[in-house]
Amino acid sequence: MYDFAYHKPSSVADAVKLMAADPEARPVSGGMTLLPALKHRLNKPTALIDLSGIAELRGVRREGDAIVIGGMTTHYEVATHPQILAAIPALARMAATIGDTQVRNRGTIGGSLANNDPAADYPAAALALRATILTDRRRIPADEFFLGMFTTALEADELVTGISFPIPEKAGYAKLRNPASRYSMTGVFVAKGPQGVGVGVNGAAPCAFRQNEMEAALSASWSADAVAAIKQPPDDLNSDIHGSAAYRANLVTVMAKRAVADAG
Amino acid sequence: MPQVSLTVNGKSHTVDVEGRTLLVEVLREKLRLTGTHVGCDTSQCGACVVQVGEDSVKACTILAVQLDGAEITTIEGLAAADGTLHPMQEAFREYHALQCGFCTPGMVMSAIDLVKKHPSGLSEQEIREGLEGNICRCTGYHNIVKAIAAAAEVMNGKRSELARAAE
Repeated sequence: MYDFAYHKPSSVADAVKLMAADPEARPVSGGMTLLPALKHRLNKPTALIDLSGIAELRGVRREGDAIVIGGMTTHYEVATHPQILAAIPALARMAATIGDTQVRNRGTIGGSLANNDPAADYPAAALALRATILTDRRRIPADEFFLGMFTTALEADELVTGISFPIPEKAGYAKLRNPASRYSMTGVFVAKGPQGVGVGVNGAAPCAFRQNEMEAALSASWSADAVAAIKQPPDDLNSDIHGSAAYRANLVTVMAKRAVADAG
Repeated sequence: MPQVSLTVNGKSHTVDVEGRTLLVEVLREKLRLTGTHVGCDTSQCGACVVQVGEDSVKACTILAVQLDGAEITTIEGLAAADGTLHPMQEAFREYHALQCGFCTPGMVMSAIDLVKKHPSGLSEQEIREGLEGNICRCTGYHNIVKAIAAAAEVMNGKRSELARAAE
């Protein structure tokens, strides 16, 4: 790892100031992706801006018909928080399958969203639930946030402060984990909420996406059978040693069926 | 050079570190607490698991500077001053929950976190899932699972066969 300066601001405003002053500085939340990347010298920031001292990034609260989760909330907290378990149990169950216990104890929802790993779990949930990503300066609908592999709509000095999930009537999640790395080969999050039916897919493509055909089918009839015959085109899906694009395309249908069953 | 103050196994330490210094480097190289192992150095194998506050973490994937003021427990901090083993260590010994022993410190630290977060008890399935972040390349998981099940009963205050036998 190359060395770097270290800052620990105590407010979002101070963190953003530090980011704006140095374009080569990087914010760090749980560090579960960033630190391994630094060890491999894939990244050479001049400074790390540790967000763990910022109280306003923590906490889970209900705001009207939505659950708002602070960016520094860990996967473990999402998996076990009583309000999330009560309002969006599928989201809590999803968080309980991220990485392993030690990763869930450190990794955060804000970090995962901002990183936008193709195999990350939360983006599929954010898309399916029509979530809004909150930053230091604006609110970004999930549909406009995830732009491509490790790419989001965030500006260089913009910080994710939280995410707001509209509470759905029902939601479910299923994924096939790579047996070795345990990352999602393909995961599907389904939700029936105030803004309609959402189907979010992760792991299959360079970036999480919504499966519109399945959304239409589930809007007409909420059942696993409704998506069983829908084939995901493999054209833009990932193909690697773990599975071909055609394999992942098939998994989209299989996982969608299981996710609907999970939602009940 | 940044300075961090850590409480490790109840003892306060102030150490000079670089921004990039990992917790496991401070533990092993500065404090000479070499019970915490580095297996993969890529946050997969869990040989480096220690307790930070209430949580188990992988000490190879956390910077020392992030932990100023933190309370840390390593495998060396589990046994009582008179040498009496922690119930988890005792169960690992009783059930022979190791082969080469390299993964054992991390297994024990993860297992204690798992038991503490499941005060009402643990199924075999929950134990196996709870060990997802710890890899034993001898593949000796079976006795590890048995040991954790036994230690969970002791730690949760139920008198197990193991505890009764010891009396």
